[in-house]
Amino acid sequence: MIQTLFGTPEPTFLEKMKQAVTRTRENLSEKIDQVVAFTKEIDRNTLDDLEAILISADLGTSTTEQILSKLREKADRKQIKDVAELKRLIKEQILEILNSTPPRAGRPAKGEPEVVMVVGVNGTGKTTTIGKLAHALRSEGKTVLLCAADTFRAAAIEQLEIWGSRTGVEVIKTKPGGDPAAVLFDSLNAAKSRHTDSVIVDTAGRLHTKANLMAELEKMKRTAQRIIPGSPHEVLLVMDATTGQNGLQQARQFTESAGVTGIVLTKLDGTAKGGVVVAISRDLGLPVRYVGVGEKVGDLLPFNAQNFVDSLFSAE
Amino acid sequence: MSLLLREFCVYLMFENLQEKLQRAFKNLRGQGTLTPENIQEAMKEIRMALLEADVNFKVVKELIDHIQEKAVGQEVMTALSPAQQVVKIVHDELVEILGRDTAKLRFGTPPTVVLMAGLQGSGKTTTTGKLAAWLKKGGHRPMLVSVDVYRPAARQQLKVVADAIKANIYEGKVEQADTPTVERLAKEARKEAMNTGCDVLIVDTAGRLHIDDDLMSEMQSLKKLLNPQEILFVADAMTGQDAVRSADDFHKKLSITGVVLTKMDGDARGGAALSIRNVTGQPIKFIGIGEKYDALEPFHPDRIVGRILGMGDVMTLIEHAQEKIDSKKAEEFAKKALAGDGFSLEDFRDQLRQVKKLGSLQSIIKMLPSIGPFSGMQKAADKVDDSQLARVEAIINSMTQKERLHHEIINGSRRKRIARGSGTTVQEVNQLLRQYAQMRKMFKDMGKASFGRKLAGMKFPGI
Repeated sequence: MIQTLFGTPEPTFLEKMKQAVTRTRENLSEKIDQVVAFTKEIDRNTLDDLEAILISADLGTSTTEQILSKLREKADRKQIKDVAELKRLIKEQILEILNSTPPRAGRPAKGEPEVVMVVGVNGTGKTTTIGKLAHALRSEGKTVLLCAADTFRAAAIEQLEIWGSRTGVEVIKTKPGGDPAAVLFDSLNAAKSRHTDSVIVDTAGRLHTKANLMAELEKMKRTAQRIIPGSPHEVLLVMDATTGQNGLQQARQFTESAGVTGIVLTKLDGTAKGGVVVAISRDLGLPVRYVGVGEKVGDLLPFNAQNFVDSLFSAE
Repeated sequence: MSLLLREFCVYLMFENLQEKLQRAFKNLRGQGTLTPENIQEAMKEIRMALLEADVNFKVVKELIDHIQEKAVGQEVMTALSPAQQVVKIVHDELVEILGRDTAKLRFGTPPTVVLMAGLQGSGKTTTTGKLAAWLKKGGHRPMLVSVDVYRPAARQQLKVVADAIKANIYEGKVEQADTPTVERLAKEARKEAMNTGCDVLIVDTAGRLHIDDDLMSEMQSLKKLLNPQEILFVADAMTGQDAVRSADDFHKKLSITGVVLTKMDGDARGGAALSIRNVTGQPIKFIGIGEKYDALEPFHPDRIVGRILGMGDVMTLIEHAQEKIDSKKAEEFAKKALAGDGFSLEDFRDQLRQVKKLGSLQSIIKMLPSIGPFSGMQKAADKVDDSQLARVEAIINSMTQKERLHHEIINGSRRKRIARGSGTTVQEVNQLLRQYAQMRKMFKDMGKASFGRKLAGMKFPGI
């Protein structure tokens, strides 16, 4: 999967993947074994300890409760034989939630550029993600245009321009404080006339509770539709893995205003697990598309539900 | 502001958790004291409320044990329901953990050095700007420096911020993105601050993960070099369970002196505040409440407690109301509304005008609790249209004074005239009159029945 998206990966990249996966696998087994070490039989106490693991990964109380209620029943009826089965059952349930989301929504019409809009609250890593995404698309041999529609935050345009020069991609911009819909208009028209493959739109970080800023996103979406019908084809909500239960609220509001089609879970190289995306998948049916695992240009991976579920239980 | 209105707000604030607890306690009647058994259900509710607010689960466990310890053995008083008793214990406990007083910034021999630390995207640069603006307002002369040589355009960002608030900034030159450069910039900035008579140097640093050993040791060497009076850990209010890990690591490696909680203008319940305070023992000194550079406020523990428990930021609303609302009028209104003949349409219009002074309806609703009886309102907030208020006022304006004082005389032809005069429809006039009648009745009932009784039993410290 990585090869198709990113071309040939750098060795450090592969190493990182391998490392991450083995680390999480080991830790998962270790942690669950720890949990059941003092109780030979799986009982309610074992499940309570597992509840703590899921809660501490930010899955939230109601998702955790849903996952565990089924297991409680089975445990009460002594239907769960051993640790291995318990392990399998929990993972199975989380995977089921993560995999029940719909496949990718829109594709651009032939000859038209694909428009990817990137939205989210402040400080989640939108611009960094865009840099990485541009790199990935370039590695696939595609032509890319970046649209600097974050005209609000200090030096946001400069930040995107640095990513543009790093990845060899042109940035369409306006002056700070300019109308984001106007720069989007220019970018899409430029992309159309140049037959660019993809346009990635950077937007200003905004709290989902600010009605006027959310309305601005709606306006941008309408602008995109007018120039390229059916666009934006993908609206990515960038979410910080450290986000707690407020993530659900974010996803809900951004979906309502901007029509989010997928999530990018960033900063997974820290200790936060980002478990709130399970609740988001469950309640809103939004899939996770990519995960961010570092600050380098190659540190964006396609989301792998299995690895993610494994890492939820890891100690580090 | 009227005492009554204030008490009403406090009552609202604790209603949600209290309602749940009341259900949990329904079997308690007739029992003499609170016991571990009979408060179990209530503890579960409190636990859920705290977890949903992102308080770390270990902290929650500790808290629950503590609360239970305090609650058990208490006599079930007749005046205070057990639910109210427990809510009071929870409230006091949380305020206790967060510290009763607003913490202050420490100053040393100039230049006082404030080191900003935190994860990526927590809002360090914006907070640096806000802090500088706050200091300037207090008569200080801050100098800013960004030693974030890593993130693209990070240093430009601080430059733009400094220009916007007209603060001094040391820019310096960066040829290589490494620790020696970071140290050199910091040293040069301190010298510059001294030479230009700036009494505070705020050092904005690169966002870093608490497990990034290289960058954390860079932070340690910065600390050694600058000997800062304050090391502020900037944390996002939306942070979940991991807040404990990152805050703990930062504190262990740097001994932070305080916390700034950012993005509090969103709707995150902010349980991270409790987690961070609990694990570091350091006070939360400021909260960030908006994108403008004056949107930084000293932290008030009792306010965030209501928010963590899902009870809204009613205290801020109260304060707001105190500033803007004519207290004599409000008191008169309350007296009229709760007893006797009820309030007239004239009184109602007065109240409308007062409410308008508080700002948009949206902003008012956002300060209300987000669960319980108000759960629908938060969602509705985006759809509330302040022009509706204007229409209502126009309708009342089109009435004669007699009509306003005696609504029952408004018959069909009067309604038609009022609709024409206000540019609305008869349906809208009817709707207003219906709502007015309902509200009048509601207030009168409230004056008579349970509300007064409930208020009598509620006494919260510090309110």
